Amino acid sequence: MLVAVTTLPDGVAAPVRRRIVASPTRADRAFQALVIGAAWSVLAILGLIFLFLFMEAWPALHQAGWSFLVRFQWFPDLTPPVFGVAALLVGTLVIALVALAIALPVAVGSALYVNEYAPRWLARPLVTMIDLLAAIPSLIYGMWGLYWLSPRLNGTSRWLTDHLGFIPIFHTSRRVFGSSMFVCGIVVALMILPIIASVTREVFAQVPRTTCEGALALGGTRWGMVRRVILPFGRSGMVGAAMLGLGRALGETIAVALILSINFQITPHILEPGGGSVAAHIANQFPEAGLAGRKALVAAGLVLFVVTLIVNMVARVVVNRSRSSRGLVD
Amino acid sequence: MNMTTTPAPPVSMIDPAVLPTGNGATLEARTVAAWFAEHQILDDISLAMPANSVTAIIGPSGCGKSTFLRVLNRMHELVPKSSLAGEVLLDGADVYGIGVRPAETRRHIGMVFQKPNPFPTMTIRENVLSGLKLAGIKNEGSNDDLVERCLDQAGLWREVKDRLGSAGGALSGGQQQRLCIARALAVSPRVLLMDEPCSALDPTSTLRIEETIRDIVGSVTIVIVTHNMQQAARVSDYTAFFLGDEGRPGTVVEFGPTSELFTAPNDPRTEDYINGRFG
Ligand SMILES: Nc1ncnc2c1ncn2[C@@H]1O[C@H](COP(=O)(O)OP(=O)(O)OP(=O)(O)O)[C@@H](O)[C@H]1O
Ligand SMILES: [Mg+2]
Repeated sequence: MLVAVTTLPDGVAAPVRRRIVASPTRADRAFQALVIGAAWSVLAILGLIFLFLFMEAWPALHQAGWSFLVRFQWFPDLTPPVFGVAALLVGTLVIALVALAIALPVAVGSALYVNEYAPRWLARPLVTMIDLLAAIPSLIYGMWGLYWLSPRLNGTSRWLTDHLGFIPIFHTSRRVFGSSMFVCGIVVALMILPIIASVTREVFAQVPRTTCEGALALGGTRWGMVRRVILPFGRSGMVGAAMLGLGRALGETIAVALILSINFQITPHILEPGGGSVAAHIANQFPEAGLAGRKALVAAGLVLFVVTLIVNMVARVVVNRSRSSRGLVD
Repeated sequence: MNMTTTPAPPVSMIDPAVLPTGNGATLEARTVAAWFAEHQILDDISLAMPANSVTAIIGPSGCGKSTFLRVLNRMHELVPKSSLAGEVLLDGADVYGIGVRPAETRRHIGMVFQKPNPFPTMTIRENVLSGLKLAGIKNEGSNDDLVERCLDQAGLWREVKDRLGSAGGALSGGQQQRLCIARALAVSPRVLLMDEPCSALDPTSTLRIEETIRDIVGSVTIVIVTHNMQQAARVSDYTAFFLGDEGRPGTVVEFGPTSELFTAPNDPRTEDYINGRFG
């Protein structure tokens, strides 16, 4: 028939859509209930955590108002109390960015090496070893950073400030190093390296082999192929991976708490001792804090929670988009 | 081998003024053999593909036609554990010679793949120019002219001239394949290898690409693998028939001018194959 029928002739009943009922077996139903329960309990726990944080933090937040976000002193037990997370939050971001600036190039480089350059017998053990970095407890990183790495970085810090001191972040007023955001950044970089490396590796591996071969068949060098084909292809994936790493770095607690000497100053000079970190501050202060102090610390935790949640959500969106958009290209 | 005649000067259907100055090179395989790990795929293949001619390679699936093409432009060695024997001479010089860079060889011996593979992150224009960037070559003339010339040679210019900035992946399959041909032509190869370039295409696009092949053969030597006997007969000057039995590596059964091989094959197996009796 060539003519599409859009109206039914009189007297013919319009077709009634049937409901399709498939009755599941008892085992099916039980299993369904189980997995639904599991899935929702995760959401419920997330909601409960948020609720707890919010309720605990409310008195402090209410008391401090917006000044909570802009103050940088921390005297919650004074009358009137004076406290805010500005310095801590900025310090958290600075450490996370230093970590990212170090981890991202290393992760991308390792992903490219494993995917494109390494001989097969080396690629697998290398991946395992990079992933193992994630299995080292945070506390170990912290102790290692404090006792081993920090003193050994003094020379590097000195060199940086001597030669690149004109850049504000490398400037130091006193020539004292260690316990700095720089050291923290390096340690945190090691901790976020595995996740960034594995996501970028996965993204790079999605470049179709024939596309890579197309680049080589045109007379491209391996580097040309990496630069012109693989990196552009993986760009949004790399952004997503970086943000996932950032999300981790923001919440890093114990290692930073061990290494950093928090001084409640907003400073761009990452080589000097001092700086801030919300998570580390909470870990340091919580055991000794008074009632008002605890509420204030929970409020700081809430702020960190929200910031991390946002960063992670954005990261997920970016990574997923880069995954699904690859499916369309063919 | 019954190769006696020299190829007739190819008839170019487009204005010679827009042809690139570079000319096709002769490509000669001498006693080539190839392996994947311990599995031998090709044995003792010697073929001389004259400059500015189209050589078709036919043969049943799995007899090593693709492998042979990839030996010719040093793509074979990209497969882990692959190995080969023999020589491949481009205008008399061994492409596997000491000190010859594979990238250099691949630039001179271009390749069009079975499945169109334009670069998804690049525009149409960038795709055409990608070879220059990838190989780090400076283009003497203007890029606009090069883009137009190559797309024109590939028979795609009129269809895409108003949307050079849109994504290369947004074209139809046939257009994508012609884009890949244009891209391969942009680096002025001396030889162009085509591995079943029409197998994913409709009859119209196929004819269009065959036209393109006849158009560009004046400036480049072409080797094309095809499963389509009519296509081999229509488009090629010479034909090589490859055959490899189960467990036996592929070899050349017969090689000669296409007209002779199709009308009066010397080997009964060739006759059986081109008449569709096996393979
Ligand atoms: N990467 C590889 N590793 C191992 N064996 C391979 C590889 N590629 C191809 N082969 C084998 O080599 C043989 C020849 O393959 P090839 O692709 O050259 O055949 P072909 O003649 O092009 O076939 P078709 O007409 O189906 O494309 C096949 O038996 C195949 O299984
Ligand atoms: Mg093939």
